[in-house]
Amino acid sequence: MRDAFVRKLTAEAETDPNVMLLVGDLGFGVVAAFGDAYPDQFLNCGVAEQSMVGIAAGLAAAGRRPFVYSISNFPSLRPLEQIRNDVCYHGLGVTIVAVGTGLAYGSLGYTHHGVEDMAILRTLPGMRVYTPADALECAAAVEQILADPSPAYLRLGKNTEPLMHAGQPDLSTGGPLLVREGSDVTVLVTGPIVVQALAVADLLESEGISVRVLTCPVVKPLNADGIRSAADGTVGIVTLEEHTVLGGFGSAVLEAFALRGWRTPIMPLGLADEATHIVGGQEWIRERAGLSTDHVRRSIETFTRRAS
Amino acid sequence: MTTELARRARISAVQMCSRSGASHIGSALSVIDILAVLYGDVADVDPHRTDDPSRDIVLVSKGHSASGVYAVMAHAGYFPLAWLDDYYLDDSHLGGHVTAHGIPGVELSTGALGHALPFGVGRALADAIDGIDRRVFVVMSDGECAEGSTWEAALMAAHRQLGNLTAIIDRNRLQILGGTEDVLGLEPFADKWRAFGWEVREVDGHDHEALAEALRRRSGRPVAIIAQTIKGKGVDFMEDRVEWHTLVPNADHVTTALEQLQADASGGSGSDHA
Repeated sequence: MRDAFVRKLTAEAETDPNVMLLVGDLGFGVVAAFGDAYPDQFLNCGVAEQSMVGIAAGLAAAGRRPFVYSISNFPSLRPLEQIRNDVCYHGLGVTIVAVGTGLAYGSLGYTHHGVEDMAILRTLPGMRVYTPADALECAAAVEQILADPSPAYLRLGKNTEPLMHAGQPDLSTGGPLLVREGSDVTVLVTGPIVVQALAVADLLESEGISVRVLTCPVVKPLNADGIRSAADGTVGIVTLEEHTVLGGFGSAVLEAFALRGWRTPIMPLGLADEATHIVGGQEWIRERAGLSTDHVRRSIETFTRRAS
Repeated sequence: MTTELARRARISAVQMCSRSGASHIGSALSVIDILAVLYGDVADVDPHRTDDPSRDIVLVSKGHSASGVYAVMAHAGYFPLAWLDDYYLDDSHLGGHVTAHGIPGVELSTGALGHALPFGVGRALADAIDGIDRRVFVVMSDGECAEGSTWEAALMAAHRQLGNLTAIIDRNRLQILGGTEDVLGLEPFADKWRAFGWEVREVDGHDHEALAEALRRRSGRPVAIIAQTIKGKGVDFMEDRVEWHTLVPNADHVTTALEQLQADASGGSGSDHA
Protein backbone atom coordinates (compact mmCIF):
# COMPACT_ATOMS: atom_id res chain seq x y z
CA MET A 1 0.00 0.00 0.00
CA ARG A 2 2.91 2.31 0.79
CA ASP A 3 4.45 1.87 -2.64
CA ALA A 4 1.02 2.19 -4.21
CA PHE A 5 0.58 5.51 -2.45
CA VAL A 6 3.88 6.88 -3.73
CA ARG A 7 3.14 5.57 -7.24
CA LYS A 8 -0.27 7.19 -7.23
CA LEU A 9 1.03 10.48 -5.87
CA THR A 10 3.83 10.47 -8.44
CA ALA A 11 1.28 10.08 -11.20
CA GLU A 12 -0.78 12.93 -9.76
CA ALA A 13 2.31 15.12 -9.39
CA GLU A 14 3.10 14.64 -13.05
CA THR A 15 -0.18 16.19 -14.11
CA ASP A 16 -0.59 18.68 -11.26
CA PRO A 17 2.48 20.77 -10.34
CA ASN A 18 0.76 21.84 -7.14
CA VAL A 19 0.92 18.33 -5.70
CA MET A 20 3.81 18.15 -3.27
CA LEU A 21 5.31 15.46 -1.07
CA LEU A 22 6.81 16.55 2.25
CA VAL A 23 8.59 13.91 4.28
CA GLY A 24 9.93 13.91 7.81
CA ASP A 25 13.15 12.19 6.79
CA LEU A 26 11.37 8.88 6.40
CA GLY A 27 10.67 6.64 3.44
CA PHE A 28 14.08 5.23 2.58
CA GLY A 29 13.92 3.55 -0.80
CA VAL A 30 10.34 4.72 -1.29
CA VAL A 31 10.25 8.49 -1.76
CA ALA A 32 13.57 9.15 -3.50
CA ALA A 33 12.12 8.54 -6.96
CA PHE A 34 9.48 11.18 -6.37
CA GLY A 35 12.12 13.70 -5.30
CA ASP A 36 14.31 12.86 -8.28
CA ALA A 37 11.45 13.22 -10.73
CA TYR A 38 9.91 16.37 -9.21
CA PRO A 39 12.51 18.20 -7.13
CA ASP A 40 10.37 21.35 -6.90
CA GLN A 41 7.47 19.30 -5.54
CA PHE A 42 9.45 17.43 -2.91
CA LEU A 43 10.74 18.60 0.45
CA ASN A 44 12.47 16.63 3.15
CA CYS A 45 11.64 18.66 6.25
CA GLY A 46 13.96 16.69 8.47
CA VAL A 47 12.98 15.25 11.82
CA ALA A 48 10.80 18.29 12.53
CA GLU A 49 7.16 17.34 12.25
CA GLN A 50 5.64 20.48 13.80
CA SER A 51 7.50 22.68 11.37
CA MET A 52 6.65 20.27 8.54
CA VAL A 53 2.91 20.67 9.07
CA GLY A 54 3.20 24.45 9.48
CA ILE A 55 5.22 24.63 6.26
CA ALA A 56 2.61 22.47 4.54
CA ALA A 57 -0.10 24.87 5.68
CA GLY A 58 1.89 27.80 4.29
CA LEU A 59 2.35 25.98 1.00
CA ALA A 60 -1.36 25.16 0.88
CA ALA A 61 -2.22 28.82 1.50
CA ALA A 62 -0.09 29.55 -1.57
CA GLY A 63 -2.16 27.10 -3.63
CA ARG A 64 -0.17 23.89 -3.27
CA ARG A 65 -1.58 20.45 -2.36
CA PRO A 66 1.02 19.14 0.09
CA PHE A 67 1.02 15.55 1.34
CA VAL A 68 2.86 15.33 4.66
CA TYR A 69 4.37 11.87 4.94
CA SER A 70 5.88 10.12 7.90
CA ILE A 71 5.31 6.95 9.86
CA SER A 72 2.68 6.08 12.39
CA ASN A 73 2.10 8.84 14.99
CA PHE A 74 4.90 11.14 13.86
CA PRO A 75 2.87 13.18 11.33
CA SER A 76 -0.32 13.11 13.40
CA LEU A 77 0.11 13.25 17.16
CA ARG A 78 3.41 15.11 17.31
CA PRO A 79 2.18 18.11 15.28
CA LEU A 80 -1.46 17.81 16.38
CA GLU A 81 -1.82 21.49 17.21
CA GLN A 82 -0.39 22.50 13.85
CA ILE A 83 -2.90 20.19 12.16
CA ARG A 84 -5.71 21.65 14.25
CA ASN A 85 -4.83 25.36 14.08
CA ASP A 86 -2.78 25.86 10.93
CA VAL A 87 -4.58 23.34 8.71
CA CYS A 88 -8.13 22.68 9.96
CA TYR A 89 -8.86 26.12 11.44
CA HIS A 90 -8.02 27.58 8.03
CA GLY A 91 -9.58 24.73 6.04
CA LEU A 92 -6.40 24.26 4.03
CA GLY A 93 -5.85 21.38 1.60
CA VAL A 94 -3.09 19.62 3.51
CA THR A 95 -3.11 15.83 3.62
CA ILE A 96 -1.46 14.05 6.51
CA VAL A 97 -0.20 10.63 5.45
CA ALA A 98 0.74 8.16 8.15
CA VAL A 99 2.35 4.98 6.90
CA GLY A 100 2.33 1.86 9.07
CA THR A 101 -0.66 2.72 11.22
CA GLY A 102 -2.26 0.15 13.44
CA LEU A 103 0.26 -2.45 14.50
CA ALA A 104 2.17 -2.52 11.21
CA TYR A 105 5.37 -1.58 13.02
CA GLY A 106 4.62 -4.10 15.75
CA SER A 107 8.17 -5.06 16.67
CA LEU A 108 9.32 -1.45 16.88
CA GLY A 109 7.24 -1.02 19.99
CA TYR A 110 4.37 1.04 21.31
CA THR A 111 5.91 4.37 20.25
CA HIS A 112 5.38 3.18 16.68
CA HIS A 113 1.87 1.76 17.07
CA GLY A 114 -0.70 4.03 15.42
CA VAL A 115 -3.64 2.97 17.51
CA GLU A 116 -5.19 6.19 18.85
CA ASP A 117 -4.58 8.57 15.94
CA MET A 118 -7.86 7.97 14.12
CA ALA A 119 -9.91 8.81 17.21
CA ILE A 120 -8.03 12.04 17.72
CA LEU A 121 -7.82 13.30 14.15
CA ARG A 122 -11.41 12.53 13.26
CA THR A 123 -12.58 15.07 15.85
CA LEU A 124 -10.87 17.91 13.98
CA PRO A 125 -13.29 20.13 12.04
CA GLY A 126 -13.46 19.40 8.32
CA MET A 127 -10.85 16.67 8.53
CA ARG A 128 -11.57 13.77 6.16
CA VAL A 129 -10.23 10.44 7.42
CA TYR A 130 -9.30 7.43 5.28
CA THR A 131 -8.05 3.99 6.28
CA PRO A 132 -7.72 1.99 3.06
CA ALA A 133 -7.51 -1.79 3.26
CA ASP A 134 -5.37 -2.29 0.16
CA ALA A 135 -3.49 -0.55 -2.62
CA LEU A 136 -6.64 -0.08 -4.70
CA GLU A 137 -8.54 1.64 -1.92
CA CYS A 138 -5.45 3.75 -1.30
CA ALA A 139 -5.31 4.97 -4.90
CA ALA A 140 -9.03 5.73 -4.83
CA ALA A 141 -8.58 7.64 -1.58
CA VAL A 142 -5.77 9.78 -3.04
CA GLU A 143 -7.99 10.67 -6.00
CA GLN A 144 -10.87 11.60 -3.74
CA ILE A 145 -8.62 13.65 -1.46
CA LEU A 146 -7.29 15.65 -4.40
CA ALA A 147 -10.78 16.27 -5.74
CA ASP A 148 -11.53 18.54 -2.77
CA PRO A 149 -9.20 21.23 -1.38
CA SER A 150 -9.86 20.49 2.28
CA PRO A 151 -7.83 18.77 5.01
CA ALA A 152 -7.45 15.00 4.94
CA TYR A 153 -5.82 12.26 6.94
CA LEU A 154 -4.73 9.12 5.11
CA ARG A 155 -3.77 6.12 7.27
CA LEU A 156 -1.75 3.56 5.42
CA GLY A 157 -0.66 0.05 6.26
CA LYS A 158 2.62 -1.28 4.96
CA ASN A 159 3.30 -3.13 1.78
CA THR A 160 1.96 -6.63 2.09
CA GLU A 161 -1.80 -6.24 2.01
CA PRO A 162 -3.61 -8.61 -0.37
CA LEU A 163 -5.95 -6.91 -2.83
CA MET A 164 -9.60 -6.90 -1.81
CA HIS A 165 -11.02 -5.67 -5.08
CA ALA A 166 -10.84 -6.50 -8.78
CA GLY A 167 -10.17 -2.88 -9.69
CA GLN A 168 -9.99 0.56 -8.17
CA PRO A 169 -13.20 1.01 -6.17
CA ASP A 170 -15.53 3.98 -6.46
CA LEU A 171 -15.46 5.95 -3.22
CA SER A 172 -17.74 8.72 -4.42
CA THR A 173 -20.53 7.63 -2.11
CA GLY A 174 -18.13 6.90 0.75
CA GLY A 175 -18.58 3.12 0.59
CA PRO A 176 -18.76 0.70 2.26
CA LEU A 177 -17.35 -1.82 -0.20
CA LEU A 178 -18.53 -5.42 -0.30
CA VAL A 179 -15.70 -7.92 0.03
CA ARG A 180 -17.55 -11.10 0.89
CA GLU A 181 -21.24 -11.86 0.64
CA GLY A 182 -23.00 -13.30 3.68
CA SER A 183 -26.47 -13.29 5.17
CA ASP A 184 -26.36 -13.63 8.96
CA VAL A 185 -24.12 -10.85 10.30
CA THR A 186 -22.29 -7.88 8.83
CA VAL A 187 -18.66 -7.25 9.66
CA LEU A 188 -17.56 -3.75 8.74
CA VAL A 189 -13.82 -3.24 8.67
CA THR A 190 -11.61 -0.22 8.17
CA GLY A 191 -8.05 -0.92 7.11
CA PRO A 192 -5.87 -3.90 6.32
CA ILE A 193 -7.17 -5.96 9.24
CA VAL A 194 -9.96 -6.99 6.86
CA VAL A 195 -7.85 -10.10 6.25
CA GLN A 196 -8.65 -11.24 9.75
CA ALA A 197 -12.36 -10.70 9.20
CA LEU A 198 -12.15 -12.87 6.10
CA ALA A 199 -10.30 -15.60 8.00
CA VAL A 200 -12.90 -15.50 10.74
CA ALA A 201 -15.69 -15.57 8.17
CA ASP A 202 -14.24 -18.83 6.80
CA LEU A 203 -14.15 -20.35 10.29
CA LEU A 204 -17.70 -19.24 11.10
CA GLU A 205 -19.03 -20.58 7.82
CA SER A 206 -18.09 -24.06 8.96
CA GLU A 207 -20.16 -23.38 12.09
CA GLY A 208 -23.15 -22.35 10.04
CA ILE A 209 -22.81 -18.57 10.40
CA SER A 210 -22.74 -16.66 7.14
CA VAL A 211 -20.65 -13.50 7.52
CA ARG A 212 -20.91 -10.52 5.18
CA VAL A 213 -17.66 -8.55 5.09
CA LEU A 214 -17.32 -4.96 3.90
CA THR A 215 -14.49 -2.50 4.04
CA CYS A 216 -15.08 1.12 4.91
CA PRO A 217 -12.03 3.15 3.88
CA VAL A 218 -13.82 6.47 4.36
CA VAL A 219 -14.11 6.90 8.11
CA LYS A 220 -15.08 10.56 7.85
CA PRO A 221 -17.39 11.70 6.41
CA LEU A 222 -19.06 8.42 7.30
CA ASN A 223 -21.73 7.18 4.91
CA ALA A 224 -24.25 6.16 7.57
CA ASP A 225 -27.03 5.44 5.09
CA GLY A 226 -24.71 3.27 3.02
CA ILE A 227 -23.60 1.35 6.07
CA ARG A 228 -27.16 0.81 7.22
CA SER A 229 -28.31 -0.50 3.87
CA ALA A 230 -25.17 -2.63 3.51
CA ALA A 231 -26.20 -4.47 6.66
CA ASP A 232 -29.75 -5.10 5.36
CA GLY A 233 -31.03 -8.57 6.13
CA THR A 234 -28.38 -9.36 8.73
CA VAL A 235 -28.80 -9.30 12.51
CA GLY A 236 -26.46 -6.39 13.05
CA ILE A 237 -23.02 -4.91 12.56
CA VAL A 238 -19.68 -5.84 14.06
CA THR A 239 -17.03 -3.21 13.43
CA LEU A 240 -13.38 -4.17 13.34
CA GLU A 241 -10.37 -1.87 13.43
CA GLU A 242 -6.70 -2.13 14.32
CA HIS A 243 -7.03 0.78 16.70
CA THR A 244 -8.30 1.34 20.20
CA VAL A 245 -12.04 0.82 20.59
CA LEU A 246 -12.17 4.25 22.21
CA GLY A 247 -13.25 6.88 19.73
CA GLY A 248 -12.24 5.20 16.50
CA PHE A 249 -14.16 3.68 13.61
CA GLY A 250 -16.58 1.65 15.73
CA SER A 251 -17.35 4.72 17.79
CA ALA A 252 -17.99 6.68 14.60
CA VAL A 253 -20.54 4.07 13.45
CA LEU A 254 -22.18 3.96 16.89
CA GLU A 255 -22.43 7.75 16.99
CA ALA A 256 -23.90 7.93 13.50
CA PHE A 257 -26.55 5.32 14.25
CA ALA A 258 -27.41 6.69 17.70
CA LEU A 259 -27.75 10.24 16.37
CA ARG A 260 -30.25 8.97 13.82
CA GLY A 261 -32.16 6.84 16.32
CA TRP A 262 -31.39 3.66 14.41
CA ARG A 263 -31.59 0.59 16.59
CA THR A 264 -29.36 -1.74 14.62
CA PRO A 265 -27.30 -3.85 17.05
CA ILE A 266 -23.66 -2.83 16.78
CA MET A 267 -20.58 -4.26 18.47
CA PRO A 268 -17.22 -2.53 18.10
CA LEU A 269 -14.08 -4.68 18.10
CA GLY A 270 -10.65 -3.16 18.44
CA LEU A 271 -7.64 -2.96 20.66
CA ALA A 272 -7.96 -2.85 24.42
CA ASP A 273 -7.41 0.41 26.27
CA GLU A 274 -3.82 -0.24 27.28
CA ALA A 275 -0.29 0.43 26.11
CA THR A 276 1.18 -2.63 24.44
CA HIS A 277 4.31 -4.00 26.05
CA ILE A 278 4.50 -7.11 23.87
CA VAL A 279 7.35 -7.46 21.37
CA GLY A 280 6.43 -9.05 18.10
CA GLY A 281 5.17 -8.63 14.57
CA GLN A 282 1.76 -7.37 13.55
CA GLU A 283 0.09 -10.80 13.63
CA TRP A 284 1.73 -11.71 16.91
CA ILE A 285 0.53 -8.58 18.68
CA ARG A 286 -2.94 -8.75 17.16
CA GLU A 287 -3.31 -12.18 18.68
CA ARG A 288 -2.36 -10.87 22.13
CA ALA A 289 -3.84 -7.37 22.30
CA GLY A 290 -7.56 -7.99 22.07
CA LEU A 291 -7.70 -8.84 18.35
CA SER A 292 -6.89 -12.54 18.31
CA THR A 293 -8.59 -14.56 15.63
CA ASP A 294 -10.19 -16.66 18.29
CA HIS A 295 -11.44 -13.64 20.22
CA VAL A 296 -12.87 -12.04 17.08
CA ARG A 297 -14.47 -15.33 16.06
CA ARG A 298 -16.08 -15.90 19.45
CA SER A 299 -17.20 -12.26 19.68
CA ILE A 300 -18.93 -12.36 16.31
CA GLU A 301 -20.47 -15.73 17.04
CA THR A 302 -21.88 -14.55 20.39
CA PHE A 303 -23.09 -11.28 18.90
CA THR A 304 -24.85 -13.09 16.06
CA ARG A 305 -26.61 -15.57 18.32
CA ARG A 306 -27.71 -12.87 20.80
CA ALA A 307 -28.92 -10.49 18.12
CA SER A 308 -30.81 -13.17 16.21
CA MET B 1 3.05 58.89 8.94
CA THR B 2 3.55 55.70 10.88
CA THR B 3 4.23 57.38 14.25
CA GLU B 4 0.78 58.89 14.17
CA LEU B 5 -0.71 55.53 13.13
CA ALA B 6 1.02 53.95 16.13
CA ARG B 7 -0.13 56.69 18.50
CA ARG B 8 -3.75 56.31 17.48
CA ALA B 9 -3.50 52.54 17.67
CA ARG B 10 -2.11 52.76 21.21
CA ILE B 11 -5.05 54.87 22.31
CA SER B 12 -7.50 52.45 20.72
CA ALA B 13 -5.80 49.38 22.17
CA VAL B 14 -5.95 50.78 25.72
CA GLN B 15 -9.63 51.60 25.26
CA MET B 16 -10.37 48.20 23.71
CA CYS B 17 -8.78 46.22 26.53
CA SER B 18 -10.37 48.32 29.23
CA ARG B 19 -13.85 48.26 27.71
CA SER B 20 -13.87 44.52 27.18
CA GLY B 21 -11.85 43.32 30.17
CA ALA B 22 -9.19 41.82 27.92
CA SER B 23 -5.58 41.08 28.86
CA HIS B 24 -2.38 41.63 26.89
CA ILE B 25 -2.34 45.43 26.68
CA GLY B 26 1.38 45.38 27.52
CA SER B 27 2.07 43.05 24.58
CA ALA B 28 0.01 45.22 22.26
CA LEU B 29 1.79 48.46 23.24
CA SER B 30 5.09 46.67 22.81
CA VAL B 31 4.49 45.58 19.21
CA ILE B 32 2.41 48.47 17.83
CA ASP B 33 5.37 50.41 16.39
CA ILE B 34 6.56 47.32 14.52
CA LEU B 35 3.08 46.74 13.12
CA ALA B 36 2.60 50.39 12.20
CA VAL B 37 5.85 50.42 10.22
CA LEU B 38 4.93 47.16 8.49
CA TYR B 39 1.29 47.89 7.62
CA GLY B 40 1.78 51.62 7.19
CA ASP B 41 5.04 51.70 5.27
CA VAL B 42 7.36 48.81 4.47
CA ALA B 43 5.15 45.86 3.59
CA ASP B 44 3.64 45.97 0.11
CA VAL B 45 0.10 45.59 1.38
CA ASP B 46 -2.97 47.67 0.72
CA PRO B 47 -6.28 47.65 2.56
CA HIS B 48 -8.03 48.02 -0.79
CA ARG B 49 -6.43 44.97 -2.36
CA THR B 50 -6.08 42.39 0.39
CA ASP B 51 -6.57 39.57 -2.13
CA ASP B 52 -3.90 40.82 -4.54
CA PRO B 53 -1.85 37.71 -5.30
CA SER B 54 1.36 39.74 -5.42
CA ARG B 55 0.90 41.36 -2.00
CA ASP B 56 3.48 40.86 0.73
CA ILE B 57 2.44 38.46 3.47
CA VAL B 58 2.38 39.76 7.05
CA LEU B 59 1.91 37.10 9.71
CA VAL B 60 1.52 37.91 13.39
CA SER B 61 2.65 34.97 15.46
CA LYS B 62 2.00 36.65 18.80
CA GLY B 63 -1.75 36.35 18.42
CA HIS B 64 -2.32 37.63 21.96
CA SER B 65 -1.38 41.13 20.82
CA ALA B 66 -4.68 41.18 18.90
CA SER B 67 -5.85 44.50 20.34
CA GLY B 68 -2.72 46.15 18.94
CA VAL B 69 -2.93 44.33 15.62
CA TYR B 70 -6.57 45.20 15.10
CA ALA B 71 -6.07 48.78 16.21
CA VAL B 72 -3.23 49.30 13.72
CA MET B 73 -5.16 47.60 10.93
CA ALA B 74 -8.37 49.54 11.58
CA HIS B 75 -6.51 52.86 11.66
CA ALA B 76 -4.72 51.81 8.47
CA GLY B 77 -8.07 51.28 6.79
CA TYR B 78 -8.46 47.50 6.66
CA PHE B 79 -11.86 47.49 8.33
CA PRO B 80 -14.14 50.00 10.05
CA LEU B 81 -12.90 51.66 13.21
CA ALA B 82 -16.29 50.83 14.72
CA TRP B 83 -15.23 47.17 14.79
CA LEU B 84 -12.81 48.09 17.56
CA ASP B 85 -15.66 49.21 19.81
CA ASP B 86 -16.86 45.71 20.64
CA TYR B 87 -13.50 43.98 20.51
CA TYR B 88 -13.57 40.76 22.55
CA LEU B 89 -17.28 41.15 23.36
CA ASP B 90 -20.16 38.86 22.36
CA ASP B 91 -20.76 38.64 18.62
CA SER B 92 -17.80 40.88 17.77
CA HIS B 93 -15.84 40.57 14.56
CA LEU B 94 -12.69 40.70 16.64
CA GLY B 95 -11.65 38.18 19.28
CA GLY B 96 -8.84 38.15 21.79
CA HIS B 97 -6.39 36.44 19.46
CA VAL B 98 -5.61 37.29 15.86
CA THR B 99 -8.09 35.61 13.54
CA ALA B 100 -8.09 35.49 9.76
CA HIS B 101 -11.70 34.42 9.30
CA GLY B 102 -13.76 37.35 8.08
CA ILE B 103 -11.15 39.99 8.86
CA PRO B 104 -9.69 41.64 5.76
CA GLY B 105 -5.91 41.62 5.62
CA VAL B 106 -5.27 39.05 8.33
CA GLU B 107 -3.37 36.18 6.71
CA LEU B 108 -3.22 33.65 9.54
CA SER B 109 -5.13 32.93 12.72
CA THR B 110 -2.78 32.63 15.65
CA GLY B 111 -3.05 32.33 19.39
CA ALA B 112 -1.02 29.25 20.15
CA LEU B 113 2.63 30.24 20.01
CA GLY B 114 5.32 29.06 17.63
CA HIS B 115 2.98 28.63 14.66
CA ALA B 116 3.57 31.51 12.25
CA LEU B 117 7.23 31.01 11.49
CA PRO B 118 6.75 27.48 10.04
CA PHE B 119 3.72 28.76 8.11
CA GLY B 120 5.78 31.68 6.86
CA VAL B 121 8.53 29.32 5.74
CA GLY B 122 5.93 27.44 3.68
CA ARG B 123 4.70 30.65 2.05
CA ALA B 124 8.22 31.89 1.38
CA LEU B 125 9.25 28.52 0.02
CA ALA B 126 6.35 28.46 -2.44
CA ASP B 127 7.44 31.87 -3.74
CA ALA B 128 11.08 30.85 -3.92
CA ILE B 129 10.16 27.80 -6.01
CA ASP B 130 7.94 29.88 -8.28
CA GLY B 131 10.42 32.76 -8.59
CA ILE B 132 7.90 35.24 -7.18
CA ASP B 133 9.54 38.32 -5.70
CA ARG B 134 7.31 38.90 -2.73
CA ARG B 135 8.24 39.20 0.94
CA VAL B 136 6.96 37.31 3.94
CA PHE B 137 7.14 39.06 7.33
CA VAL B 138 6.59 37.17 10.57
CA VAL B 139 6.07 39.22 13.73
CA MET B 140 7.00 37.15 16.76
CA SER B 141 7.24 37.49 20.50
CA ASP B 142 10.46 36.73 22.33
CA GLY B 143 8.64 34.40 24.71
CA GLU B 144 7.59 32.14 21.87
CA CYS B 145 11.22 31.54 21.00
CA ALA B 146 11.02 28.88 23.69
CA GLU B 147 8.84 26.87 21.29
CA GLY B 148 10.71 24.14 19.45
CA SER B 149 8.65 24.70 16.32
CA THR B 150 10.20 28.18 16.02
CA TRP B 151 13.68 26.70 15.77
CA GLU B 152 12.59 23.83 13.52
CA ALA B 153 11.37 26.45 11.08
CA ALA B 154 14.49 28.57 11.57
CA LEU B 155 16.56 25.58 10.46
CA MET B 156 14.53 25.13 7.28
CA ALA B 157 14.54 28.84 6.41
CA ALA B 158 18.31 28.90 6.54
CA HIS B 159 18.65 25.52 4.83
CA ARG B 160 16.67 26.86 1.88
CA GLN B 161 18.29 30.33 2.08
CA LEU B 162 14.93 32.05 2.13
CA GLY B 163 15.97 35.64 1.59
CA ASN B 164 12.32 36.55 1.07
CA LEU B 165 11.56 35.76 4.72
CA THR B 166 11.95 38.28 7.53
CA ALA B 167 11.18 37.54 11.18
CA ILE B 168 10.74 40.48 13.53
CA ILE B 169 11.04 39.55 17.18
CA ASP B 170 9.39 41.87 19.68
CA ARG B 171 12.16 41.63 22.26
CA ASN B 172 10.48 43.17 25.31
CA ARG B 173 12.15 40.65 27.64
CA LEU B 174 8.97 39.95 29.59
CA GLN B 175 6.55 37.05 29.55
CA ILE B 176 3.59 36.13 31.76
CA LEU B 177 5.36 35.11 34.94
CA GLY B 178 8.59 37.04 34.70
CA GLY B 179 11.53 38.16 32.62
CA THR B 180 12.46 35.98 29.67
CA GLU B 181 15.92 35.55 31.15
CA ASP B 182 14.45 34.44 34.48
CA VAL B 183 11.84 32.06 33.04
CA LEU B 184 13.86 30.30 30.34
CA GLY B 185 16.83 32.33 29.21
CA LEU B 186 17.14 33.21 25.53
CA GLU B 187 20.48 35.02 25.59
CA PRO B 188 22.75 35.13 23.74
CA PHE B 189 19.68 35.65 21.59
CA ALA B 190 21.18 37.28 18.50
CA ASP B 191 23.94 34.68 18.47
CA LYS B 192 21.36 31.92 18.43
CA TRP B 193 19.77 33.27 15.26
CA ARG B 194 23.18 33.82 13.69
CA ALA B 195 24.20 30.28 14.59
CA PHE B 196 21.04 29.06 12.86
CA GLY B 197 22.20 30.75 9.67
CA TRP B 198 20.11 33.93 9.80
CA GLU B 199 21.24 37.48 9.19
CA VAL B 200 20.54 39.42 12.38
CA ARG B 201 19.71 43.10 12.74
CA GLU B 202 19.18 44.63 16.15
CA VAL B 203 17.15 47.82 16.29
CA ASP B 204 15.21 50.03 18.66
CA GLY B 205 11.73 48.59 18.21
CA HIS B 206 10.09 51.96 18.87
CA ASP B 207 12.23 53.96 16.40
CA HIS B 208 10.18 53.98 13.22
CA GLU B 209 13.02 55.13 10.97
CA ALA B 210 15.35 52.44 12.31
CA LEU B 211 12.63 49.80 12.01
CA ALA B 212 11.80 50.82 8.46
CA GLU B 213 15.44 50.75 7.42
CA ALA B 214 16.02 47.34 8.96
CA LEU B 215 12.83 45.94 7.47
CA ARG B 216 13.39 47.37 4.02
CA ARG B 217 16.92 46.10 3.42
CA ARG B 218 16.92 42.77 1.53
CA SER B 219 19.29 39.89 2.01
CA GLY B 220 20.14 36.60 0.37
CA ARG B 221 19.41 34.85 3.66
CA PRO B 222 16.49 34.89 6.07
CA VAL B 223 16.65 37.97 8.27
CA ALA B 224 15.88 38.11 11.98
CA ILE B 225 15.24 41.63 13.20
CA ILE B 226 15.54 41.75 16.95
CA ALA B 227 13.47 44.76 17.88
CA GLN B 228 14.42 45.92 21.36
CA THR B 229 11.13 47.02 22.84
CA ILE B 230 9.52 48.03 26.09
CA LYS B 231 6.46 46.13 27.13
CA GLY B 232 3.65 48.60 27.78
CA LYS B 233 5.46 51.28 25.74
CA GLY B 234 3.88 54.74 25.89
CA VAL B 235 2.12 54.43 29.24
CA ASP B 236 4.58 55.04 32.03
CA PHE B 237 3.01 52.87 34.71
CA MET B 238 2.76 49.93 32.30
CA GLU B 239 6.25 50.20 30.85
CA ASP B 240 8.48 47.22 31.56
CA ARG B 241 6.00 45.89 34.13
CA VAL B 242 5.36 42.15 33.96
CA GLU B 243 1.82 42.43 35.35
CA TRP B 244 0.58 44.38 32.31
CA HIS B 245 0.72 41.23 30.25
CA THR B 246 -2.32 40.13 32.20
CA LEU B 247 -3.98 43.07 33.97
CA VAL B 248 -6.95 44.93 32.53
CA PRO B 249 -6.77 48.74 32.64
CA ASN B 250 -9.54 50.30 34.76
CA ALA B 251 -11.11 53.73 34.21
CA ASP B 252 -8.37 55.58 36.11
CA HIS B 253 -5.68 53.70 34.23
CA VAL B 254 -7.33 54.65 30.95
CA THR B 255 -7.58 58.32 31.89
CA THR B 256 -3.91 58.50 32.76
CA ALA B 257 -2.87 56.41 29.77
CA LEU B 258 -4.82 58.55 27.32
CA GLU B 259 -3.39 61.74 28.80
CA GLN B 260 0.08 60.43 28.16
CA LEU B 261 -0.67 59.04 24.71
CA GLN B 262 -2.52 62.15 23.56
CA ALA B 263 0.25 64.42 24.86
CA ASP B 264 2.61 62.33 22.77
CA ALA B 265 1.00 63.55 19.53
CA SER B 266 3.74 64.45 17.11
CA GLY B 267 1.97 66.52 14.55
CA GLY B 268 -1.15 64.41 14.38
CA SER B 269 -4.62 65.82 14.61
CA GLY B 270 -6.60 65.56 17.80
CA SER B 271 -9.35 63.49 16.24
CA ASP B 272 -8.58 60.30 18.08
CA HIS B 273 -10.90 57.39 17.75
CA ALA B 274 -12.90 57.11 20.95
